[in-house]
Amino acid sequence: MRRYIIRRLGLAVLTLAGIIVVVFLVTHILPGNPALVTTGGYANRHTLQAIEQQMGLNRSLAAQFGSYLANIVHGTLGTSYTTGNTVAHDLLTRLPATSELAVASTIIATIIGVPAGIIAGMRQGSGADWIGRMAAIVGTSIPLYWLGLVLIVIFYADLHIAPAPSGEVNAFAVVPPSYTHSLILDSLLSGNWSTFFDALRHLALPAVTLGVVETAPILKITRSATLEVERSDYVRTARAYGLSRWEILKSDVLRNVATRVLTALGVVFGFLLGGSILVERIYDWPGMGLYAWNAVTTTDYNAIQGYILVVGIVYVLLNLVVDLLYSVVDPRIRFGPAGGGSRRRPRIARAGRRLVSPPMPETERH
Amino acid sequence: MGVTDVGVGAQPGPQYDASTPARRPSRARHALAELSRHPNLAVGSLLAALVVIVAIVGRIAAPYNPLAINAGRALLPPGASHWFGTDEFGRDVFSRVVYGTGIDLLIGLVVAALALVVGSVIGLISGYVGGWIDDIIMRIVDIVMSFPSFLLALSIAVVIGNTVRNVIIAVTIAYIPYILRLTRSSVLTVRGADYVLGARAAGALRSRVMALHVLPNAAGPPLVQATLMSGWAILDVSGLSFLGVGIQPPSPELGVQVAQGASYITSGQWWISVFPGVAIILAVLAFNFLGDYADDKLRGQGS
Repeated sequence: MRRYIIRRLGLAVLTLAGIIVVVFLVTHILPGNPALVTTGGYANRHTLQAIEQQMGLNRSLAAQFGSYLANIVHGTLGTSYTTGNTVAHDLLTRLPATSELAVASTIIATIIGVPAGIIAGMRQGSGADWIGRMAAIVGTSIPLYWLGLVLIVIFYADLHIAPAPSGEVNAFAVVPPSYTHSLILDSLLSGNWSTFFDALRHLALPAVTLGVVETAPILKITRSATLEVERSDYVRTARAYGLSRWEILKSDVLRNVATRVLTALGVVFGFLLGGSILVERIYDWPGMGLYAWNAVTTTDYNAIQGYILVVGIVYVLLNLVVDLLYSVVDPRIRFGPAGGGSRRRPRIARAGRRLVSPPMPETERH
Repeated sequence: MGVTDVGVGAQPGPQYDASTPARRPSRARHALAELSRHPNLAVGSLLAALVVIVAIVGRIAAPYNPLAINAGRALLPPGASHWFGTDEFGRDVFSRVVYGTGIDLLIGLVVAALALVVGSVIGLISGYVGGWIDDIIMRIVDIVMSFPSFLLALSIAVVIGNTVRNVIIAVTIAYIPYILRLTRSSVLTVRGADYVLGARAAGALRSRVMALHVLPNAAGPPLVQATLMSGWAILDVSGLSFLGVGIQPPSPELGVQVAQGASYITSGQWWISVFPGVAIILAVLAFNFLGDYADDKLRGQGS
């Protein structure tokens, strides 16, 4: 167990270092001139040089890498050209809004995807299974941003049920004192019910949009995990002993499926932090994604760089936490020889590939 | 499906290929039987045919020029003269969707093909040669894969600038690791096979063994992945365009059109965004269904 954790931590540190280098490479080595992009390509030579100087682009690569590292070590991630704050501060204040969205949509996706996946897996080949498979394929073929717009057309423009897609609350809502920077939690804590319910109403459409797209991979993974368990020796034995379907589900299936779903959830969550850029743009949701979008349209390089870096880091840390949790849930890893589990071939990434990269410990091990 | 697939899915052996012309019709019947047995193949082929025909026929016979502005006919709802309505510049949405479908389809295929070629070659070297080369390549792959691919493509596109070529490069770079990793693991299962050992024992050059014996036998999984990837590429490229980082207006690319209609959504002019989105879904569905079928086959044969 201890060896596994140390190995896993070492791998995470290595990957984090790699991420820091890759982000630098992407923003500094790739053939492209940020100064030129900033000016829109119409500046004369002198203006261009002035901007290059201001952005530090005329210094040597080593010097640029040095100040880049310093910004990371100091925890500032540089200064945003548009807001004037440090990028780290900007991202931190926008993190709660993005987290609200990610948590809400993951809850929706889990509530739908896990039971549906278990039913489909336990009755392989049945009508329910067929519907589940179709739903998973269709769910991964819908563009997130299009679904968001269609929901606005139906529920706001047509039925007038949902509020206008303009952020977390309507403009006249009383903003509660800020304890957690999460509007929903703050209004709940201060007992500000009208703001709380307004915030919930605003959360509904963006959360459903992300939730629908997220349901497909969760359903798919749950189904294949259930299938695997159903075919296992221990389930066959349990059947032979005459245990009822429900008892087998409780004692064998759920626990084994849980580990796989846990892995998926961790990665899905990481994806949401990054992928919410589309949904936040549509619903004007004041999170990290909208910040990144603003940074992209104003070519605010430090902000873009900081955002990508943070998402990459969060992604790696989530994977780490999931793997460690995995070892708690699955005793085979805890007591196995070198971290347990047979060496599986990486599977073809399907439903939500960006959501389900093969979990780390079971791949590159020689 | 698994078990029943093995028999049906097996390719006709050499004795079938050597058969007399009299047996030919059975091949067509075989294809039909395959279609009826695998709804994902049937639906996928149908959608793919539909999308390709629309893209080709539409380009030749679109009712209007997709870029022609007509201020007098702006924001018309769908009707007899404009089936999908018109946008804020009076351009015909139907013609734009038809053109855009062709653009997105082509981009999806190009991205998948590029990622397949580059990824499988590096993956082949990584898996077959092994050693420190493999170690270095796999560490890099691990790191690149720790970014959500959409975000990686986005950041690359932001830096290198948003021409069609650059967007294709950006998305391809983000996809290469998936193919690479899959090819490598597939090569690892093949490299110890008897025919590989035989070729080596016969003194064949390493490059010859890799190209003629290892790669063809390891190509299944990466090919399936590339099929699915064409669909992802359409989603990602149109997503980038939607954010303004990908292909630029006035191109009738589908993501550009959805973005353009987004500002008219709340005032009820839904058709500018909704129709291009439906075209995206149909194209992606085609690839997803075909990929699903191919994956079923692969698993059925593999076990």
